[in-house]
Amino acid sequence: MNLRRDVFQAIADPTRRAILLLVASQSMTAGAIASNFDTARPTVSKHLQILTECELLAQEQNGREIYYHFNPKKMKEIAEFIEPFRKLWEDRFNKLETIMKKYKSKK
Amino acid sequence: MEQKTKIHAEDGKQELKITREFELPVELLFKAYTEAELLEQWMGTKVLKLESKRQGCYQFETTDPKGNKHRFSGTIHEFVPDRKITRTFEMENTPFGVQLEFLEFEKLGEETSRLNMHFIYRSVDLRDQILQLPFAQGINMAHNRMQEIVGKLKQTQ
Repeated sequence: MNLRRDVFQAIADPTRRAILLLVASQSMTAGAIASNFDTARPTVSKHLQILTECELLAQEQNGREIYYHFNPKKMKEIAEFIEPFRKLWEDRFNKLETIMKKYKSKK
Repeated sequence: MEQKTKIHAEDGKQELKITREFELPVELLFKAYTEAELLEQWMGTKVLKLESKRQGCYQFETTDPKGNKHRFSGTIHEFVPDRKITRTFEMENTPFGVQLEFLEFEKLGEETSRLNMHFIYRSVDLRDQILQLPFAQGINMAHNRMQEIVGKLKQTQ
C-alpha cells in the first residue's frame, strides 16, 4: 500500500501522533514505546513500521536493541503547509502538459 | 522529481503567485484553459458553463469521494487569446468569498511557454486559509481513510 509513504497519512492517526510526541523527547525501543499504550503490541509495531517507512522515525541499532528516534527533517516537511497546495497545482499542470501533448500529436 | 511549479506567497500579503513552465506552444497552453473538454480532463472537474470571452462566465463542478458536489464559478473580465485571462473565482457556498485572478500566458520558444498566475484575495487571512486548504483536506482525507481501515479499533487518545 503506497499510501503509507505519505507523511500526511502517517500523522493523521492519533496513536501515531502520540508515538511521535513520545519519541521526540528521547530515543526508545519498540517495547518501551508499546508500554505507553493500551493497544496490542503488534498494532504498535505496525504504527512504528508506518512511521519508519515514511521516515518520520529512524531506527538505530544499539547492542541487541533497536532504538527509534525522531527525524525532525521530515517533520519540517509537514510544517511546510504550502507544499500540498503547490503539489495540487503541480499535479494539475503535469496532467495539462500530458493531455495537451497528446492532443497535439493527434492533429 | 523536479519541481516545475513555483508558489510565491510572501508573509503578510493578500496575494499569491504561481508560475509554471510548459513544454507546450503557448497556443496549446491557452487552449487547455478555454476548451471545456480539455479543461475537464486536466482539472478533474465537470464544466457546467465556460464562455471564453470578455464578460463571459464559467462554472465548474467537482464531486468529492463522499458524493458531495462543489461548484466553482466566476466571470471573465479580460480575454486576450494566447496571452491573458483576467477573471474572478469563487468556491460557491464557502466563506472564502471571491478572488481576482490574473493569468498570463507567455511564449518562451516555439515549443515552450510559461503560465504566470497572480491571485488576489480580500485579506491576508483569507489567502492563508486557502493556501492551507489542501493541507487540511489531505489530513482529513487521510484520516477518513485511516478510520475505514482501522475500523472499530478504539482510538487510544
